[in-house]
Amino acid sequence: MRWGVVTFPGSLDDHDALYAIDHVLGQTAIPLWHKERDLHGVDCVVLPGGFSYGDYLRCGALARFAPVMESVAGFARDGGLVFGICNGFQVLCEAGLLPGVLTRNRNLSFVCEYVHVRVESAATAFTRACGPGEILTLPIKHGEGCYVASEATLREIEEEGQVLLRYADAGGRVTEAANPNGSLHNIAGVMNRQRNVFGLMPHPEHAVEKALGGEDGLKLFRSIAASVAAGHTESVASVAPGP
Amino acid sequence: MLAKVYVTLKSGVLDPAGKAIQHSLHSLGFERVTDVRLGKYLEVWLDRGPRAEVEREVDEMCRKLLANGVIEDYRFELQD
Repeated sequence: MRWGVVTFPGSLDDHDALYAIDHVLGQTAIPLWHKERDLHGVDCVVLPGGFSYGDYLRCGALARFAPVMESVAGFARDGGLVFGICNGFQVLCEAGLLPGVLTRNRNLSFVCEYVHVRVESAATAFTRACGPGEILTLPIKHGEGCYVASEATLREIEEEGQVLLRYADAGGRVTEAANPNGSLHNIAGVMNRQRNVFGLMPHPEHAVEKALGGEDGLKLFRSIAASVAAGHTESVASVAPGP
Repeated sequence: MLAKVYVTLKSGVLDPAGKAIQHSLHSLGFERVTDVRLGKYLEVWLDRGPRAEVEREVDEMCRKLLANGVIEDYRFELQD
């Protein structure tokens, strides 16, 4: 499988994502420059963490006008898998490829810590290597990770099972105390209605080796790899919808 | 021409930065303050053109980039 990892001016975690895919997963990782339009035939595009364009105006707002994003939007429309991590999640929301928006953390603090997230559905291209309700331990590091959407949008994404990850405690309870940034419904990760674009605030690429403090992030990368190996559209259709 | 663009948070959207400013104003003794909402003010300078056309363009700028309609409202004034 071929993965593409986009680098915007101000991306920070592009090389961590390339490392996770190349060194740990053992798959082909292709760096994609923001000025390029050619996606080099990749099977999944990763939008990495960082502060693209300095977070000017709003986080993610300017990156979506980069030439590469035109191709990414077309790729997503054609059903290609897109995986946005942290700033990548913010970019996907600003680009309208995911519902909602990420805003300033409720307590105004930059948070940098490990959190537990509960896998809400394992019947997706991005979570199939996880168990339903499984608790993943992943690091977060962001100042603007508070997920906000209108009531109508929240209702819709909950009904459609688009919320894939929720901040929870170690026992899987979704509580206020386990919510690090004030996200509505404790949402840590959400996918689009077509189920091929996924964004999350935690950093799976920083949790791919024991030496890094954990390997739970690998499960998301392995899910995507397994989905592509199975031809991801049919794999999504063939599994039963989540609870 | 100058477009003065005001981008404000929609009512109901939590504004932690506004709350922090409000608390600071209270600690300075401005007890009358009941709420603060933090927004953005932009000055966009444009080549002169028919007013209606420029208004349409600035409106499009706001919708496409300057404001995020999920959480923000906008308004603007044009000056010659």
